[in-house]
Amino acid sequence: MTLTIVLLGAAALIGIGLYGALSQQSFVMLMMGLELMLNGALLAIIGLWSLALGGMPEGQLLAIIVMAVMAVEMSIGFALIVAVYRKRQADMTEALGTLKG
Amino acid sequence: MIDALVILLVLFAAWTGWRVFRVDSMIRATFSLMLSFISVGAIGVLLSAPYIGVATVFMMAVEMMVMGIFMVMFMMNPAGLNPMMMVHQHKLSIVAGVLAALGLGAAVLTTTLPTDPVPGETDVVSDLGHELLGPSMLIFETAGVTLLATMIGAVVLSSRRGRYGQADEGSRPPGLDPGGPPAGRQPEGEGGHHHHHHHHGGH
Repeated sequence: MTLTIVLLGAAALIGIGLYGALSQQSFVMLMMGLELMLNGALLAIIGLWSLALGGMPEGQLLAIIVMAVMAVEMSIGFALIVAVYRKRQADMTEALGTLKG
Repeated sequence: MIDALVILLVLFAAWTGWRVFRVDSMIRATFSLMLSFISVGAIGVLLSAPYIGVATVFMMAVEMMVMGIFMVMFMMNPAGLNPMMMVHQHKLSIVAGVLAALGLGAAVLTTTLPTDPVPGETDVVSDLGHELLGPSMLIFETAGVTLLATMIGAVVLSSRRGRYGQADEGSRPPGLDPGGPPAGRQPEGEGGHHHHHHHHGGH
């Protein structure tokens, strides 16, 4: 029961994060959507590890990997934002026409 | 008791996550996201993953402070005095988000979830330490090297100019004639907001 609710909450977080990542125009807000999706993944991992794996330590390791991914996403993302702003004075996704397909 | 608390925290995490895209100030959005992370960390502490939970809280508190600084740097709407709604492809995003949440939720509800909680006497932190510095050491080290590469990448990407010229020197195409303008499509104007800046040439 608890596990179901935790996983449903994780699904909700991933859905909200996907909405934010797709809809936000500002790069910084877009990254918050990505972070929110990773937050959902972290919640799902914690819940599954705690309630369904019988204490296998590898589950906690996966959570640590997700946290490392968060750190990587955050720092590279902000570096890209700064680089794009220096080059184009752009802080909105629409301002980047050269990447358009 | 713990279950009720966990359920409340799950609801709070989802609600604060939702508030991130509904508040009018980016700083408020940052703190909302931080609350969401902190509730997930608290869930970890309650669900016998104290190390992961506390590490999440520490890491996210610092990360969201950094994010707050970036929010101030790139903020469109200081202090949230005006309504803020900066979105594109809004309907598509709503549909995608709802579909993702419903799909994952349906997967959760239709699966017979195993029930095998962590035994009460398990020393989870010690187990994690032995796992990290034992069988999974290579994975742990890989994460470390990845973070090192991230640090180098972040410095390279965000530095204005290096000792040997512009940071983006190697990424620009050479000119068609020596000393000429670089070949290929040019980035649209300096302002970044001129969407209809036509190409020159072809006369």
